[in-house]
Amino acid sequence: MLQQAFNGLVGGAFYALLALGLAVIFGMLGVVNFAHGAFYMLGAFGAFIALDSLGLNFWLALPLVPVVLGVLGVVLERLFIRRLAPLDPLYNFLFTFGLALILQDLVKRQYGVQSQPYPRPSALDGSINLGLFTYPAYQVFVLAVSVLVCGAVWVVLTRTRVGMIVRAATEKPELSRALGIDVGRWVTPVFGFGIALAGFAGVLAAPMRAVNPLMGSDLIITVFAVVVIGGLGSVFGSVAAGFAVGLVSALGNYYVPSLSQTLVFILMAAVLLWRPAGLFGREEAL
Amino acid sequence: MILSKLAGRPVLLAAGLLAALALPWFIYPPVALDIACWALFAAAVDLLLGFTGLLSFGHAAFWGGSAYATGLIALHSGLPFPVAVLGGAAFAGVLAVPIGFLSVRLRGIYFAMVTLAFAQMVYFVSNQWRDATGGENGLQGIPREFFGVDLSDPFFFYYAALPFILVGMFVAWRIVRSPFGRVLVSIRDNPNRARALGYSIDRYKLLAFVLSAVLSGLAGGLFTIGHGFASLQGVYWTTSGQAVMMVVLGGIGTLWGGAIGAALVVELNDYLATAGFEETGIITGSIFILVVLLFRRGVWGTARDLIAARTNRERPAPEPVPKVDASV
Repeated sequence: MLQQAFNGLVGGAFYALLALGLAVIFGMLGVVNFAHGAFYMLGAFGAFIALDSLGLNFWLALPLVPVVLGVLGVVLERLFIRRLAPLDPLYNFLFTFGLALILQDLVKRQYGVQSQPYPRPSALDGSINLGLFTYPAYQVFVLAVSVLVCGAVWVVLTRTRVGMIVRAATEKPELSRALGIDVGRWVTPVFGFGIALAGFAGVLAAPMRAVNPLMGSDLIITVFAVVVIGGLGSVFGSVAAGFAVGLVSALGNYYVPSLSQTLVFILMAAVLLWRPAGLFGREEAL
Repeated sequence: MILSKLAGRPVLLAAGLLAALALPWFIYPPVALDIACWALFAAAVDLLLGFTGLLSFGHAAFWGGSAYATGLIALHSGLPFPVAVLGGAAFAGVLAVPIGFLSVRLRGIYFAMVTLAFAQMVYFVSNQWRDATGGENGLQGIPREFFGVDLSDPFFFYYAALPFILVGMFVAWRIVRSPFGRVLVSIRDNPNRARALGYSIDRYKLLAFVLSAVLSGLAGGLFTIGHGFASLQGVYWTTSGQAVMMVVLGGIGTLWGGAIGAALVVELNDYLATAGFEETGIITGSIFILVVLLFRRGVWGTARDLIAARTNRERPAPEPVPKVDASV
């Protein structure tokens, strides 16, 4: 049982990282990034390509691939997202949907639908004795890193000046602008950062999940449900809901295996009935 | 001037009917049927997107859900195909009630994400419930039969299915032109005002959602009978995305535009598939992005403006691209 709970938290680590990026981008730009799953997939493939053709190991790929994807995100924002921003949010949603199709099929064309192998880093190959049970060291590492990154983002958002500006611009863009904060200046780096986070989650996923072009397309819908449960505008809610959903689906899988995949959506429906804005969302955001 | 004004609509209507009747003579009949089914599906999605301001990204639940229901009725009851198709459409409508009830309270992008998530729930259930849906294998060998008349020739089945498509299109058109449709448009344009006028806007939106689901189900059921199988692909989110893509390509809020979008996307996919190019997303995704970036009124929306400008110069400036309520 405890082991199941731990599995759930590890799965939740990915939801949390992806939901965090999605929430930050949504808060700052009002864009629901449909391509988020595709960038997660690109992160995993980035790690694979780095190892396979450049000989860069996991520890080099972990910082490098997110930086490359973050730059790609910045370019995308500058060239396209920005142009669609003044229009209805619908258009950026549709733009990123088209982008997701292109990215996924480009990778599919290059590598096929078979999963690519990616070895665990040798330092994390064994298991760790956690007292009550032993657990693969790599999974423990994923959980720790994810908690650390989410925590770091949280500290930056709440304790630093940059974080204060980003939060202000996220929650009350008009008022921030009126107070002389140049909201537009922060839009591009925040978008790049969100994409980098998705790529980071992808690199983390490479050694423990199948690296294939479709790995992001199922996950993104679940992450959408996670974000709706947590409250779309809420950074804290997204992360908390990420871990919670991971936990609930793992335990659900243990007790009622047939429901495992739909459980997230049942949970979402229940939360919506009770609080239409999500657990940590603000009603006026609707 | 007045003559061209009078001639405009009937001429277009006649041209559309003629095109629909002639289609399988020019295009490989199964592909023609695909175009007709997707055209109705696109019109159903546009009923919500263009006229109610709701972007549903979960209509695969109704298209695919009806595909299974239609397939099961046809497989196990031995009833003629229209009964199965209508049963599938009714099933889609019933399915739409709880999903719509929970979704219409949300707006814009929230609505899109939540409908998408519910559709994915339907996908997972279809995948798990192997006894009924056949899981990964889907339902196969669905009969195509009408009171003993064998309709397995796709050319004949096209003409058997066409009346249902046309009636579906007509229903969508009637809904948009009815007082009910005017209320929907007013909800799209100014929900607060509609509410202030005393309309229960959630109830209107829910009814529009269910009607749209029934039409989507009708299209999905015909598609299933036409192909003789129902598969998981039909309930997957890419199916919802494809329908939205056709609407945007044809022109949001034009109702008939979706048919042009459907024809373009289905033809393109068919062409790429026969050319051995499987990764159609690269091409369709790129075209879609270009339309979103540069050509937001879509093919029919642009054409309609040009025709209007030609036939009647007094006509005021073209309507703006329909506003979709996505205030966030």
